[in-house]
Amino acid sequence: MNRLLKVLFFALLVKPLVLLGLGLNTRQRNLLPQSGPAIIAANHNSHLDTLVLMSLYPLHQIHRVRPVAAADYFLSSRFLAWFSLKVIGIIPLERKHVRELDKLFNQSVSALEHGDILVLFPEGTRGQPEQLAPLKKGIYHLAKRLDSVPITPVIMRGLGMALPRGEALFIPYNCDVIIGKALSEYRDADGLLAQLSERFTELETHCLTKSSFEEHRS
Amino acid sequence: MIKVPPHSLIAMSAVLCLLVIASLVTWVKRVRSPERDYQELKLRIQSWWWMVAVLFLMLSLSDLTAIVFFGFLSFLALKEFLSIVPSRQTDRNVMFWLYLSIPIQYYWVAVGWYGVFIIFIPVYVFLFIPMRMVLIGDTQGFIRAAGSMHWAVMLTVFSLSHIPYLLTLPTINSNAGGIGLVIYLLFMTQFNDVCQFVWGKSIGKHKLIPKVSPNKTWEGLIGGVSTVTLCSALVAPLLTPLSMLQGLVAGGLIGISGFFGDVVLSSVKRDLQIKDSGHLIPGHGGILDRLDSLIYTAPLFFHYLYYLYY
Repeated sequence: MNRLLKVLFFALLVKPLVLLGLGLNTRQRNLLPQSGPAIIAANHNSHLDTLVLMSLYPLHQIHRVRPVAAADYFLSSRFLAWFSLKVIGIIPLERKHVRELDKLFNQSVSALEHGDILVLFPEGTRGQPEQLAPLKKGIYHLAKRLDSVPITPVIMRGLGMALPRGEALFIPYNCDVIIGKALSEYRDADGLLAQLSERFTELETHCLTKSSFEEHRS
Repeated sequence: MIKVPPHSLIAMSAVLCLLVIASLVTWVKRVRSPERDYQELKLRIQSWWWMVAVLFLMLSLSDLTAIVFFGFLSFLALKEFLSIVPSRQTDRNVMFWLYLSIPIQYYWVAVGWYGVFIIFIPVYVFLFIPMRMVLIGDTQGFIRAAGSMHWAVMLTVFSLSHIPYLLTLPTINSNAGGIGLVIYLLFMTQFNDVCQFVWGKSIGKHKLIPKVSPNKTWEGLIGGVSTVTLCSALVAPLLTPLSMLQGLVAGGLIGISGFFGDVVLSSVKRDLQIKDSGHLIPGHGGILDRLDSLIYTAPLFFHYLYYLYY
């Protein structure tokens, strides 16, 4: 039932919206992990980020893609909680309990063990539109629990214009989705974050959309 | 029921024949020299098949479907242009109104209200954009944002909407109808791109504008324009109300302005340091990469025809 809802939601709403309302310039799509366990680490600017990443997968695979999302936000109201858990299939993360690292990632770990593909936003929040915030270490603590799961970096650009944080007006905008090579060798948290931000910076150079005048001048 | 005037039907069949020949040539090339990579060429021609098929279908169904179809092309082109050109977060609300101008402009086309069609974007939208911007109140980068947004609608909505207006004009050459005019304009414009490329590739030596587009040569331009001028003169009496002599001028107009449309959009991309404006059409790039020449040829051909016959 839930899977049917998810497939219908993506087939009838998300995929047409992404195709016509947005329009993606996808680069290196073949690098997207085809089977789990795998983690997709992407930058975060808009609620659309998750939907766009999931829409890259064919309908029969979509139930395998699970976004890890903040429980305090997505479970805050009854409808939103139902929609997030049943239709999108998020794995809720209690951001308050960061002290007990083991407990924090239990659900994510079991999903990975089950062979799911997790979508993670290491910036932790959508932050300022179209700007990369410092990355957080949580992704390392999750990945190390499963003996170096491959982490695929993805940079998206333009969605912060289409539907930024705190705005209700959607505007059509072409978006870049640049997928990088998976990272699978990392020793510690700082090393992983350094590798990730280096990949992110490199991937950003392939973007077509210019998000500001400043960037254009440089 | 589907009713296409006889000469337009002939023109459509001729285009399809050309596509068949292009596919065959590519196939022969791939069989003869399998070591070379023809993937790009193959994709390019496959995309041509799709574009031509959708265009012909929309044109044959009815004038209204064709107008809606060109409106949709304007939408895709505007979206692509707004996405590659630098803009501010505060411009989002203005962009919303720019998108809204597309159905309005194409409505004037559909009802044939020429007076409003011709001033709506150059006057009303032009004045409206800064009005909306002032109400938002972000003055840093004001001139640049206002300029690029108005330029965006002029190129992708105003210019392109001249193509379907050809369908709304009263029919003079009843053997070809409005469809004949549209096919004439589109074919000659795209044929001009191909001819300039082929001439330049085979005998091109003297660079024309190396700073903008290093592959453009005098030989390519002259060869392409003369080929297209000749063809336009021969085809004009068949598909348009123009005489052969008038067709000659139309061909020269399309050849030269098509060249400028191409290089103007090239300069935009060069300024932004990108090669293609998008990845929408496999083997071609973005939709602007395909429509660039038409942005110039459509209004110029339209007004040439309008001056002579309407």
